[in-house]
Amino acid sequence: MPAVTGDVTVFAAASLTAAFTEIGDAFMVENPDANVTFNFAASSELVTQIGEGAPADVFASADLSIMTKLTDAGNNATEPVVFATNLAEIIVGPGNPKGITSVADLANEDLIVILCAPEVPCGKYAAKIFENAGVAVTPKSLEENVKAVVTKVTLGEADAGIVYATDVIAAGADAEGVATPADINVVAEYPIAVTKEASNAEGAQAFIDFMNSEQGQKILASYGFLAP
Amino acid sequence: MSRRRRRGRGRGRRVSLPAPVLALAIVAVVFFALPLIGLLWRAPWSNAWHYLSGDDALTALRLSMVCSLWATGLSVVFGVPLAWLLARVEFPGRGVVRALCTLSMVLPPVVGGVALFFALGRRGIVGQYLDRWFDLTLPFTTTAVVIAQTFVAMPFLVITVESSLRQFDLRLEDASRTLGASRWYTFRRVTMPAIRPALAAGAVLAWARALGEFGATITFAGNFPGTTQTMPLAVYLSLETNPEEAIVLALLLIAISFAVLVGLRDRWFGRIDRPMSTVAA
Repeated sequence: MPAVTGDVTVFAAASLTAAFTEIGDAFMVENPDANVTFNFAASSELVTQIGEGAPADVFASADLSIMTKLTDAGNNATEPVVFATNLAEIIVGPGNPKGITSVADLANEDLIVILCAPEVPCGKYAAKIFENAGVAVTPKSLEENVKAVVTKVTLGEADAGIVYATDVIAAGADAEGVATPADINVVAEYPIAVTKEASNAEGAQAFIDFMNSEQGQKILASYGFLAP
Repeated sequence: MSRRRRRGRGRGRRVSLPAPVLALAIVAVVFFALPLIGLLWRAPWSNAWHYLSGDDALTALRLSMVCSLWATGLSVVFGVPLAWLLARVEFPGRGVVRALCTLSMVLPPVVGGVALFFALGRRGIVGQYLDRWFDLTLPFTTTAVVIAQTFVAMPFLVITVESSLRQFDLRLEDASRTLGASRWYTFRRVTMPAIRPALAAGAVLAWARALGEFGATITFAGNFPGTTQTMPLAVYLSLETNPEEAIVLALLLIAISFAVLVGLRDRWFGRIDRPMSTVAA
């Protein structure tokens, strides 16, 4: 693969921050004349920014439906490809002080359970899991993004929440995860595409190819992402 | 009373500004007006009523009004004595205390929310005892919204009232005291009327700040319709899925604040620049 050059601007979902930063560094080692810069935010915000003319070469979303917003508006140059998946998980404090072992435990009214708002992907997944499990949960708060759920659980202000497996890994010793059984769980798919207005389409495609290479997938796996 | 009717004095008087000053002032006006015009330009007017009449919007608006008024009330009750202390009492470290009490104005909002957790949350310095002794958990409640709003809004009132108290002619208080009035009577009948315009201005500023509060609220109080989801939170979340609705809700919030600011300005703000002794008279 010939080395690419120039600036590559990547707009990526906030949950990809750590993994993409490392992949960007590895990409620049392979392509010394290329310079990758990132804009991390909620996927939905990024779609709006791209629609308003923000200079992006690559868009990576945490949710298929948000990628659809980009393609529906005709703002993509390539068909989106799924490069990683992520599982939803229950996040609890270190040592699991409330002894939460299943999704059904979250129905306990004495617990402070917080979820993502239904407007953001992790909120949709949480609702789906409860539906699959046939459990009614009354959350105390509907957070605007997944990191806010993590923060409140790691601070000890909330007892449990539903986040991604990668978030639990990123929280390190400050939190623990309780896996959700596969039959009720949902899989979040992360699609990526070159944007229509890309000023460096060649570099953008090279970055996406790198993501799907063995090296890129290995870095993603180290942060808890699963292969598509 | 006749004095009050003559509000807006100076209007229509011919003043000539140096051209560069005028030009810069106009740039400033355009700078503020343009984003608002942008919102109006993008607003989906045909669907506006549909979005405004939704239950969620009304619930959020009601909660915003109730909480911001509580926050304003608390800011007055605690902020006026604080301003008085800062303006009148010489004590070591006064500058530090003043900076401390206005720090929340410059604190990044989310940090403000996290700091409130550390103080009043379930694991907080004080919060852990509230939780243990009284079974009282503040985060994720409407009370938490009021606390977050008061935390960021009160400094606006304190600063305004303090500067007014500093300009106040102390001899008026002395005169009142010499004439046999008690300390409390002097405070109520001489000091308070003199600082009333500043108090009103400060209260309105604090209210406007409380109404628009976002970061500390969503962090410390969370976001739940009916208990903690105020208008700014509802606007932010609807931006995720329905930008049209977000614009309409934001415009409603802006319209209300605008009406209050314009309405109150004529009534109170215009009198601030007058010498305090005239107001007191």
